[in-house]
Amino acid sequence: MAEVEETLKRLQTQKGVQGIILVNTEGIPIKSTMNNPTTTQHANLMHNFVLKARSTVHEIDPQNDLTFLQIHSKKNEIIVAPDKDYFLIAIQNPTK
Amino acid sequence: MGRGTRKRDEDSGTEVGEGTDEWTQSRAAVRPPDQLELTDAELKEEFTRILTANNPHAPQNIVRYSFKEGTYKLIGFVNQLAVHFSQVGNLIPKDSDEGRRQHYRDELAAGRTLGQPEAAAAETVTEELITPVQPKERMLTNKFNFSERASQTFNHRLRWEIYDAYVEELEKQEKTKEKEKTKTPVAKKTGKMAMRKLMSMESQSDDITKVSQAAKIVERMVNQNTYDDIAQDFKYYEDTADEFRDQEGTLLPLWKFQNDKAKHLAVTALCWNPKYRDLFAVGHGSYDFMKQSRGMLLLYSMKNPSFPEYIFSSDSGIMCLDMHVDHPYLVVVGHYDGNVAIYNLKKPHSQPTFRSSAKSGKHTEPVWQVKWQKDDMDQNLNFFSVSSDGRIVSWTIVKSELVHTDVIKLKVEGSTMEVSEGLQLHTMGCGTAFDFHKEIDYMFLVGTEEGKIYKCSKSYSSQFLDTYDAHNMAVDAVSWNPFHTKVFMSCSSDWTVKIWDHTIKTPMFIYDLNSAVGDVAWAPYSSTVFAAVTTDGKAHVFDLAINKYEAICNQPVVAKKKNKITHVQFNPIHPIIIVGDDRGHVTCLKLSPNLRKMPKEKKGQEVQKGPAVEIAKLDKLLNLVREVKTKT
Repeated sequence: MAEVEETLKRLQTQKGVQGIILVNTEGIPIKSTMNNPTTTQHANLMHNFVLKARSTVHEIDPQNDLTFLQIHSKKNEIIVAPDKDYFLIAIQNPTK
Repeated sequence: MGRGTRKRDEDSGTEVGEGTDEWTQSRAAVRPPDQLELTDAELKEEFTRILTANNPHAPQNIVRYSFKEGTYKLIGFVNQLAVHFSQVGNLIPKDSDEGRRQHYRDELAAGRTLGQPEAAAAETVTEELITPVQPKERMLTNKFNFSERASQTFNHRLRWEIYDAYVEELEKQEKTKEKEKTKTPVAKKTGKMAMRKLMSMESQSDDITKVSQAAKIVERMVNQNTYDDIAQDFKYYEDTADEFRDQEGTLLPLWKFQNDKAKHLAVTALCWNPKYRDLFAVGHGSYDFMKQSRGMLLLYSMKNPSFPEYIFSSDSGIMCLDMHVDHPYLVVVGHYDGNVAIYNLKKPHSQPTFRSSAKSGKHTEPVWQVKWQKDDMDQNLNFFSVSSDGRIVSWTIVKSELVHTDVIKLKVEGSTMEVSEGLQLHTMGCGTAFDFHKEIDYMFLVGTEEGKIYKCSKSYSSQFLDTYDAHNMAVDAVSWNPFHTKVFMSCSSDWTVKIWDHTIKTPMFIYDLNSAVGDVAWAPYSSTVFAAVTTDGKAHVFDLAINKYEAICNQPVVAKKKNKITHVQFNPIHPIIIVGDDRGHVTCLKLSPNLRKMPKEKKGQEVQKGPAVEIAKLDKLLNLVREVKTKT
């Protein structure tokens, strides 16, 4: 359990990471390192998106599953790793 | 009832047993002064009470005067119903008169039906349902970021959800089957309880550990973004300047792996995992015999250069390590204090799963090299270790214990002295490196501190098959060629790297590198390519097929005056090498195309690949050298 906490802490200190949100299956943010309005906004929007992506993958092949999702935009990058009961969202600003 | 101060409510219906217990307990603590004194016998008397469904307030014997018979008669059945609460409600059935009247009144108010109130009373019930006409005013929502649930795409419950649920069920069933098999029928009751506890425990720990998987993935992705250019280089960059560089090649630095905890420890061992080609193990310790401190074993993955995947720490410095080919989760390490230990990556506790001790035959000097061997006849895992105390020991894991057997004791030849009573005293040589032959199982080479290399057999414990006067100083590494069965290579602190044919006593090739050579390694893709690293921070790559006398790449890899490079290893499939230095850093370098040259295809001929070709290539070179030797 402490390992997970450590991993999340490390993630937070990585270069360019703006925030991390841990969301449960209903789209409710459990843990977040950002302010409340941003958190709820991201959680709500990403929730539907991830479900849609997952169902797409499953539809095409039921034995397949979504491993992760990356939305690369001009200003930043949103990374989502879904799991059975949770998904972890990280927002990074990749410096170049 | 003479029960003292306790009042009992008739309707409460408490059981007697409970009451007496409480009473006796309180009696032990506090006795109120006006409590009735009773003898023990009286106290132990049991008074039984029976619960019934009868209303205690209902009279038990109602008598009515019967005019027919002219006497009072006992009514047998008394109504036991006790009404606790009643309230008159205001709901009326829709179909009743009043209901219909109200209904029409509503209609009139809404103004839907006209001129029907008289006929409505006798009409049938079939009427349209009136929907609420105007909803209450809704709160205005921000149309830019609010999405109404009804307008979102509807996810049907699809077949994959059914599939997932089915798979889960299957897994659960399998689990219960396994558990039942392992339990005896007597213990089944307790087993079920334990199972229930296990299930609840699992669900608790899962809450947190499930996130670990997702967290790991996100960490890797974030790292990939941060080190994006390096990852791209690793995959796709090929130095095009190599075409103009004639025969030389370069090493492109990629990632640098370092960890705070291993900051002051030197890299003493490197090993790629045989199954997961991006995972490698780094052993940390200290070569300085004055400053011995703890040791660490870190396993890194190239997918996450910022933090190791596994961390193990130990009291004594780690000097060598090896990973088992068939069981890539078993790592054996040798310590500076002479102990060997086996770590199981599947159970990443800090403690090794097996550990040798003074009783179980640990070495008395640092263990310089360990190597896994094939399982013995009883399918037990076993490995060999070599140490400065001159013993080469074979360790076997028998029934979860480490058992050791001395295979060979390195005796310095010509040093046997006769002490009194006919005993012979030998000076023990100090082994510093060994390597087992790839095909001939029992044959192996041992390098010593005196600079000699002995060819030994596992079956002969007292005699060496052969001795080579290899170097003037301690032999740091010996390595058989992965393709050619006769060729091996050795390096030493006397600044030289020598290549031998084990049938010939003198080396075939000698290279002087101007600085103590820490390690040599053959390339896995070619029989003529090898790399050597020196203490002045340079990495040298040789390709005998291109240039027999010089290195084709001679490049400083780490900051010159501060770091000494201690080890080098080629990755089995990717064109990269990892280099460890004495500051605890591991640098990953990519080999440029010139360093990976394959024989050119002649027109019309197919390019043959495979070990046979490699062997032939090396043979050609060796023959040249041998001819020269026989001539001179």
